[in-house]
Amino acid sequence: MTLKSNKDIPIGGLIDEAGSSKKFKTGDWRSFRPIWDKEKCIQCMMCLPLCPEDCIPSEGSGKDIKRKETDLEYCKGCGICMNVCPVKCIKMEEESKFTK
Amino acid sequence: MSKIKAVTGTGAGAEAMRQINPDVVPAFPITPQTAIMQTFATFVANGVVDTEMIRVESEHSAMSCAVGASAAGARVMTATASAGLALMWEIVGVASGLRLPIVMEIVNRALSAPINIHCDHSDSMGARDLGWIQIYSESAQEVYENSLLAMRLAEKVLLPAMVCQDGFITSHGVENVEVFDDKDVKKFIGEHKYPHSLLNVKKPVTHGPLQLQDYYFETRSQQIPAMDEAKKEYIKIGEELSKITGRKYGYFDEYNMKDADCVIVALNSTAGTTKTAIDKMRKEGKKVGLLKLRLFRPFPYKEVANALKGIKKIAVLDRAVSFGANPPLYGEIKNALYDVNYDGKLHSLVFGLGGRNIFVEDIEQVFDKMINDKLEEHGTVGLRE
Repeated sequence: MTLKSNKDIPIGGLIDEAGSSKKFKTGDWRSFRPIWDKEKCIQCMMCLPLCPEDCIPSEGSGKDIKRKETDLEYCKGCGICMNVCPVKCIKMEEESKFTK
Repeated sequence: MSKIKAVTGTGAGAEAMRQINPDVVPAFPITPQTAIMQTFATFVANGVVDTEMIRVESEHSAMSCAVGASAAGARVMTATASAGLALMWEIVGVASGLRLPIVMEIVNRALSAPINIHCDHSDSMGARDLGWIQIYSESAQEVYENSLLAMRLAEKVLLPAMVCQDGFITSHGVENVEVFDDKDVKKFIGEHKYPHSLLNVKKPVTHGPLQLQDYYFETRSQQIPAMDEAKKEYIKIGEELSKITGRKYGYFDEYNMKDADCVIVALNSTAGTTKTAIDKMRKEGKKVGLLKLRLFRPFPYKEVANALKGIKKIAVLDRAVSFGANPPLYGEIKNALYDVNYDGKLHSLVFGLGGRNIFVEDIEQVFDKMINDKLEEHGTVGLRE
């Protein structure tokens, strides 16, 4: 990303664009990666609202709602999803395993 | 049509606030500022103004509240002094960093310790590098007029502004103040159209996000040209205000300077004391004068240097100390004179800390010592040592 000069940015550090945090990819902060066992998951939806990055996507609605794979572009690896899972279907594994 | 009202310096500040009619005023009382908010609270209670007055639990909260309201697009004013300003500190820098045009009345009072409620300039001088415009006022009349000017200026350049007056000396002394017609003043002040309101759902914005090594420097650097603009706009807006008041708003006032050999540079009420001494000494044929600085931030280096370069002897009076360094006003004057290769005598005098009085006779003594080349380069006035 090209950085802008002081004349090309709004005053006072203001952000004048809604939803711009989407551009801020925080996935590379992660030192642990959540590994989701799809078969074991009971689709209880505990992890979704508790994810601080809101990076667990879902499809469907109501009783048919189903979670999908964690969006690793944003997941910081905090492990809250693992902690709240009632059936222990999420494991945190060292990120270095995947980046070698 | 203007009216003459018998008011104190704090009353004059409140009178300006009444005419400005700010949307939000968050306030916490502290001596000697309290009288501003007390008077203004009466205006609020009597329905004279439309202001939402918020009584907060500390000055830190007062400034935080001012920042929030200003970011929402409101016209915001508040007031403080001494320890109150010190407690606000963190958020005072946030207000300027976020470019919020808050106007704050400062009633200059000493900082602790020892505890002292009387006048000196340690509070506002300590805040001189926090990115606020600073205007100093000799009298209650100037408090009133400078407040009107400050509001327009702050909103024009999107920088916050402090209007300073001397605690107790100005703040609690009753003077005849010419208050101008409400309609004329309201027309001069105009409507506040803040371009980045948090409440504008059609154009959502984020105020105060994190900026690290990549952008902080760029954002902070924008405050430098903003201050340059403030310096220009101060004159323009002052000229507009002159049409109502008939008075002039230069960066400084020159009193008997044209043929003066010895000049005192001073801020706030001490300028008045100096004028009285000058009037007396001029009758005795002594060529003495005064440069009363009005605008301290942004500092008018070039203009001050041009006004002082031909003066043989100059004494700068500071009602504040910068421990381990030159006193604030003296330091700036010396800076300014460097650019014009000043070869006269420049003196620094610290006086009046914690409300220690400075009398006409003290000023006369300073002038006499200067005339007779007996004034030290760095000295004090009124200190037992």
